[in-house]
Amino acid sequence: MSTILMAADEEFTPPSPNDFNLPAVFGDGTFDFLGQAQVAGVTKPMLQIVLAAVLVFVVFYYASRKRAMVPGKFQYVGEEAYGFVRNSMGRDIIGSHDFQRFVPYLFALFFFVLFNNFMATIPFIQFPTFSRSGMVYSLALLSWIIYNGVGIAKHGFLGYLKLQSVPGGVGGPILLLLIPLEFMSNILVRPFTLALRLFANMFAGHLLLILFALGGEYILLHQPLAYAPVGILAWVLFIAVAILEVLIQFLQAYVFVLLNAMYIQGALADEH
Amino acid sequence: MQSHVAPLVIQAAGEGELNPLLPHPIELILSLVVFGILFFAVRKFVVPNFEATFAERTKAIEGGLAAAETKQAEADAKLAELEQQLADARHEAARIREEAREQGAQIVTEMRDQAQAEAARIVESGKAQIEAERQQAVTSLRAEVGSLATTLAGRIVGESLEDDERQARVVERFLTDLESGAPGAR
Repeated sequence: MSTILMAADEEFTPPSPNDFNLPAVFGDGTFDFLGQAQVAGVTKPMLQIVLAAVLVFVVFYYASRKRAMVPGKFQYVGEEAYGFVRNSMGRDIIGSHDFQRFVPYLFALFFFVLFNNFMATIPFIQFPTFSRSGMVYSLALLSWIIYNGVGIAKHGFLGYLKLQSVPGGVGGPILLLLIPLEFMSNILVRPFTLALRLFANMFAGHLLLILFALGGEYILLHQPLAYAPVGILAWVLFIAVAILEVLIQFLQAYVFVLLNAMYIQGALADEH
Repeated sequence: MQSHVAPLVIQAAGEGELNPLLPHPIELILSLVVFGILFFAVRKFVVPNFEATFAERTKAIEGGLAAAETKQAEADAKLAELEQQLADARHEAARIREEAREQGAQIVTEMRDQAQAEAARIVESGKAQIEAERQQAVTSLRAEVGSLATTLAGRIVGESLEDDERQARVVERFLTDLESGAPGAR
């Protein structure tokens, strides 16, 4: 690595968004999409997202399979994890009447996002799947389709539009102002904020880690020895930020699914 | 590891900076497909298992609680019954004791009455016997005193008092004088 950097005439190359465009593991070449040359072939995040899905399924399948009345450790952990999503995000937010049919979605989504986020910390993988915006956009789109879909199924198209756009308890000309605002915030903006929140957190966190790792390395290898403590400090900070990142990875998965549940709840509500 | 190699590789391939906000189309589709498969697999194989376990556990706990409640109620009923029996037995014992005391008192009274009657009867019969003996003594004494006195008087006065009629008359008079305390006799 250092040889590559030294080859770049010993100037420090700060990490850039391009660091997230990994080369293909299999396959070769590029293709054009929306005016950008994208890698054609299987890249690391693509393998990661499949691995995460397989892990989620295998772990919870084996945790749930025995169905013992008095659970063993593995089953107990599985049940706690399932119960956490089911109760704190499903039942408590959507309400005990409707929540059960959304539990598989919320549960699969939470652990799918969580495992993919943890990929950024797992040694030898160390790349957040959802720092690739495309991966997140489709999940946000799916969320948008689901919460609008259940809302329209329950209230009808116009009834749903009214529910989401017309705030209750307000009348008169102020509605002219409020209806477009509510429509914007409840229907148009949500998928973007949902996607960008997760993507940007994963992206920025990883960028920060690259900066500390490369910066520390550059100072230690290419600067006078007197600066070495600063390089060490950068690596210490790298570790601290990596630990903070684990918290952020969990929180972002939690927030992503929590907002999903809240959107569904809002779409199913009888009164605004 | 690879991440900082990447820009060099891509730049070496002649690409410019990519906008990270613009999606990679394959990733867009792949994410949806992978999540979709995971969702259906989880819905079919994982969630029913957990839900069934939860439901069975709830049922087992509720069944256990109901059984415990029934047992508790049974035990309470039995305890109440036993306490009732104990109270009945105590009551019975007290009643019997009371009865015995009354009977005892009654017996004592009866015995006392009997004993008093018996004592009275004994005293009475003793008195009667004494009276009879006294009467007898008086009778025999009177007979003897008469003959003795007559004999004595015949000796003294020399008068024959052999005549029964006379004799009787003299004795009678004597006794009458004696009883009335006649001074002439003195």
